[in-house]
Amino acid sequence: MASQKLKILAVIVALLALLYIVPQSGSFVVLLATRAMAFAILAMSVDLLLGFTGLSSMGQAAYFGVGAYLTAVLATKLQFGLGWDFWIVVLLGILIGAALAALFGLFAIRATGVYFLMITLALGQCVWGLAYRWNSLTGGDNGINMTGRPNFGLDLSNDVTFFYLVFAFFSVSLFMLYVLVRSPFGRSLEGIRERELRMQILGYNTWLHKYIAFIIAGGFGGLAGVLWAHTNGHVSPETVVLTTSVDALLMVVLGGAGTLVGAILGAGIVFGLREYLSTLVPWWQYVLGGVYVLTILYLPMGLMGIPSLVRQRFKGRPKEAGANMATKELASKPS
Amino acid sequence: MNTQFWIVQIFNGVSYGALLFLVGSGLSLIFGVMRIVNLSHGAYFLWGGYIALSVIWATGSWALSLPLAALAVALIGIAMERLFLRSAGLEWLRNAVIAVGIGVLISLAVNTRAPQIMGGGWVQFVLIAAIGALAAYALLSRIAVVPIDNDVLRQVLLTVGFAFLFQQAALDIWGGNNMDINPPAELTRSIQIAGIYVPLYRVFMIAMAFVIGVALWLAMEKTRMGAAVRATVDDAQMARGVGIDTNRISMFIFALGAFLAALGGVIGGAFLGVYPGLDFEMLPLAFAVVIIGGMGSLGGAAIGALAVGLADNFGKALFPELSYFTLYAPMVLILAIKPVGLFGRE
Repeated sequence: MASQKLKILAVIVALLALLYIVPQSGSFVVLLATRAMAFAILAMSVDLLLGFTGLSSMGQAAYFGVGAYLTAVLATKLQFGLGWDFWIVVLLGILIGAALAALFGLFAIRATGVYFLMITLALGQCVWGLAYRWNSLTGGDNGINMTGRPNFGLDLSNDVTFFYLVFAFFSVSLFMLYVLVRSPFGRSLEGIRERELRMQILGYNTWLHKYIAFIIAGGFGGLAGVLWAHTNGHVSPETVVLTTSVDALLMVVLGGAGTLVGAILGAGIVFGLREYLSTLVPWWQYVLGGVYVLTILYLPMGLMGIPSLVRQRFKGRPKEAGANMATKELASKPS
Repeated sequence: MNTQFWIVQIFNGVSYGALLFLVGSGLSLIFGVMRIVNLSHGAYFLWGGYIALSVIWATGSWALSLPLAALAVALIGIAMERLFLRSAGLEWLRNAVIAVGIGVLISLAVNTRAPQIMGGGWVQFVLIAAIGALAAYALLSRIAVVPIDNDVLRQVLLTVGFAFLFQQAALDIWGGNNMDINPPAELTRSIQIAGIYVPLYRVFMIAMAFVIGVALWLAMEKTRMGAAVRATVDDAQMARGVGIDTNRISMFIFALGAFLAALGGVIGGAFLGVYPGLDFEMLPLAFAVVIIGGMGSLGGAAIGALAVGLADNFGKALFPELSYFTLYAPMVLILAIKPVGLFGRE
């Protein structure tokens, strides 16, 4: 357990370093970090499903989207959520994400493996279709431009202040999800990921476990959406589109599924590549696509799997196929 | 809302469904045979359209662009399937391809960041790329790859990675403008039947899909190869057991799927246009076709395509604000009730 404590310490030190360094850097870095952190909350929610429960959700952008649209619609149509009532919007965002997941879960949880992937894709497309076409509410293709960030004593229109707020939400989310996956409930989820049938035989209601995990992930998705709306200042169908869900999934796999830190790492790298590299070279997407392909082919456990890969190499043990357990489970399920 | 409205809408829906059949049937066959959810299928559609445009610019012949674009994309499909999805035996080639890619990127990076090293000469460019590629190859061939063949999620994500690469490559080669494929004048006319104007091109789309559908059906039902494909869809392990080379079937079907998608891209290019982002617009529609019809079933894909074409058209005409919702919500219901689709077999 000593190494576990060491790991926690390392994460805390990294977070504190981030808190110290980012505000001193230019406005570009502050904005980049804010965006990456808001999105990292979504990536962690995907990780809860993929890495810890073994459910590969292709529709996580749906919850992200409803959170973002809720914030934008309330702010522009009702002027709600621009003062202290921002906190009510945060709460509503989490609730609407969770409620939508509770509804969608009824359809999706029964499915397994690739069918789960397809049904979550279809559910995500339902929300995208509404966002894209329901002009009177969502502004259709043009989306909604936010008028400004909330001001409740703290003026969030200042990018650095807003960074601190998103950082706080991000850290609390990480902490809560960490506690969750280490709890007996989280352990049962991992059991379901490894062998669902065995958990059923042991008397666990695996459907309910997966359903609850799905709802929690939806709630975090909604929270990420609220923050994203204020980070971006603009909400459009792009927020809910299939590629957003896929991005979140790829970030998790890139960092390493089943490790919350991996999801954060993935989000950081993808945003870094996308926003920093795109200012340097026009062909940045080759690098991003290449990183994805390389990770999937050569690093099934993601970047977080590198240390164990190196360790294995030096110990000279025969390399047992180190496939990620979540993906292994998917593969071993009879289709 | 008179009868004429309904007839026109049904006709439009059916012709759109014809286009969707071309995209969806390939996706469905690939899923049925390989259990791969191919997310680069939209990119094949888009590339079909773009390659056809290049052929038309070079030769001026629209008729020639149809087979050429489809064959070119089929080759891309084969390369992707052989090198990345089923790479047993060709690992060295896959590593080499990736290494060359990395080498070229390194060269490009050096060229952008430190042009004084490059000096603008292509010799230096190739030299740096070669050194980078060799180093990358040496590294890659030392990493033991965990086979991807039985890992659904990794296969899906790999096809997404390629979809992004195809997207960027298309942007670099053909630019970001919205372009149209212009079919010959004989096909762009409209004829008048019973007071209704019928665009000939849409009739052509329906005819084309019909011919291809019948040909596919005959090939699947009446030939030895088709029987082997059906056996693989039903139970790949069993098919291998009785001596069917499922590896070769998977390559063949992947190429066929890419071929059909590209054909759809050329035909659809006259009517949807060809533009960046079209790939990820077509992809969910193709999925709707496959899911409603049932994965791996050709007849199902035809019915799914008709259903999606009609639902899309009537949705847009009758309740525009909910139009995509009315398309995807039935898809969810079908998946929830019968995960393998209406005509799919477990």
